[in-house]
Amino acid sequence: MATREATLAPLTPPSPPGLDADTARAWLGKMLLIRRFEEKAAELYSAGKIRGFLHLSIGEEAVSVAAIGALTEQDNIVSTYREHGHALVRGLPPGAVMAELFGKANGASRGRGGSMHIFDAKRRFYGGNAIVAGGLPFAVGLALADRLQGRDAITACFFGDGAVAEGEFHESLNLASLWQVPVLFLCENNYYAMGTALERHQAETDISVKGTAYRMPSAAVDGMDVVATAAAVRQAVAQVRTSGGPFLLECRTYRFRAHSMYDPELYRSKEEVDQWKLRDPITLFRGRIERDSLLAGAELEQLDREARETTDRAVAFAEAGEWEPVADLLKDVYAREQPCA
Amino acid sequence: MRMTYREAMRTALREALTADPRVFLMGEDVGRYGGAYAVSKGLLEQFGPERVRDTPLSESAFVGAGIGAAVGGMRPIVEVMTVNFSLLALDQVVNTAATLRHMSGGQFGVPLVVRMATGAGRQVAAQHSHSLEGWYAHVPGIKVVAPATAHDARWMLPAALREPDPVFIFEHAMLYPEEGEVGDTPGPLPLFRAAIRRPGRDLTLIAHGGSVGKALIAAERLAREGVEAEVVDLRSLRPLDDATILESVRRCHRAVVIDEGWRTGSLAAEIASRIGEAAFFDLDAPVARVCTAEVPIPYPKHLEDAALPQPDGICAAARGVLKPTPGVTV
Repeated sequence: MATREATLAPLTPPSPPGLDADTARAWLGKMLLIRRFEEKAAELYSAGKIRGFLHLSIGEEAVSVAAIGALTEQDNIVSTYREHGHALVRGLPPGAVMAELFGKANGASRGRGGSMHIFDAKRRFYGGNAIVAGGLPFAVGLALADRLQGRDAITACFFGDGAVAEGEFHESLNLASLWQVPVLFLCENNYYAMGTALERHQAETDISVKGTAYRMPSAAVDGMDVVATAAAVRQAVAQVRTSGGPFLLECRTYRFRAHSMYDPELYRSKEEVDQWKLRDPITLFRGRIERDSLLAGAELEQLDREARETTDRAVAFAEAGEWEPVADLLKDVYAREQPCA
Repeated sequence: MRMTYREAMRTALREALTADPRVFLMGEDVGRYGGAYAVSKGLLEQFGPERVRDTPLSESAFVGAGIGAAVGGMRPIVEVMTVNFSLLALDQVVNTAATLRHMSGGQFGVPLVVRMATGAGRQVAAQHSHSLEGWYAHVPGIKVVAPATAHDARWMLPAALREPDPVFIFEHAMLYPEEGEVGDTPGPLPLFRAAIRRPGRDLTLIAHGGSVGKALIAAERLAREGVEAEVVDLRSLRPLDDATILESVRRCHRAVVIDEGWRTGSLAAEIASRIGEAAFFDLDAPVARVCTAEVPIPYPKHLEDAALPQPDGICAAARGVLKPTPGVTV
């Protein structure tokens, strides 16, 4: 059994000057929304309302909030199968996300995709790709299209540490760097490729250095610290916008829950998980807010209440949704009906 | 006007690049080398490296990038050197290009064209010779066509570029130097319809791509024996033009399907099955198939020839289905 310590330093650096009450409120509110939303999703999974695979990002909320917060509406997001947090922070209506988990027709993808395949064209959210590293080539293509059309946008592409073992990771980093297209490669390193620990699947466990082989600027950041991650992402995004070329940012984080609802977690110890929970990104950020007197205690309670209420409304929306009629089964396989079957 | 299949395809590419600024060509050695089969020769010089884009040997990345660029508003034409190499990109094709529209609830389409060489006959052995277009035709969400003539090589591409969904064009490698008549306009036949290349009445030979010519040779030989074979060129492998196939079979009452894919689980099996399902009572004999022998394509010429469908084999299969079947009154 792998044992791993939460080796990154405890949070001590002073808050940057830009961190004001509004920012604190926004970041904490979003992290709490992801947390409460996913806790509820787990509950609903046990209740049989949600089926299939359900991958929770509990513990990884700071990365979603910090990364997507640094993007504009014109930027593209390519996500993974652990994407509820990405979708919520991007501004997809929580009801549409929950309804998608239910498989209802009022879901973000009409219920066709479920938890792993949440899409929103209007918000340039190019979905949950459930093939590990499958989204990376796609992101290179989106960024190339933007460049060729003179659009001033970047593409943020999320993937996990497991993706680093795939050929598509290496092919895509090479291609993005060779062609100098604006992709921010965002590795959410949660130290496990499903159940295989990072040091059991990577000869070089420092993922950020892999950019060097492709002449790609890169950095690593403590993904449990939303303030540090936001600063790192801002810097990375600025570099992508200025240079027009790619950047690899490794966010070191940890998932507190199982890989999916099927996972009995035989590959890691409870002690390891407990140790990482001491660095819970929400607890850390609340601690900072309290230390720096950014928000009053009552306001913190209020944010949590709002997250729960938003989640409840999302569940109600999903419950009220209709099932897509079976008659629509073949709809949208192609843009038009096949001319001859 | 007469031109080779290769020139016809190049003409189509040149026209597409000229007509639509969203179109660009990318793939392995399409630029400076001029294309592994010299299809894109001269295009880099004419259109520049942004629009005729050499890629690394990263099939998955550049097919995936083609998908992303298509979703992002471009009209990419991706060339993969051969169908054997395309297997390295199969994840992107099957898991993304084919799924995106349905999985996203209709929000994202992939107007992508992918071209690749397929087929055997050049003694390039077991990793450059296979005909796997039937595998692609298995997948809902993509469309698959196989131009068998220079005219189709010229005119299928612009039609494919007008499609809102991914279209895969399979070009049989033996056809590139073949000369044929190319019309000034696409003609009346839509992209996804089959063509009757030779009318007949005694049996239907159904083929696609590089096998169409072999079927026509077989039909000429059979004609000398007094048998009038009709030759149907499928043109589209997905969707299959059931109407044209079935109409011909119902008229001729006998059918042989020719397919350079392996027999087991083949496109030929699908076609024979559809004929059985829809025209069983019109048949005077079981549907026969002429497919590639179930071996990796060997290097020596005599073995490669023996592995592939050939006019002799097609004639033999035709004679087989023409034999009176015991118990059937014709």
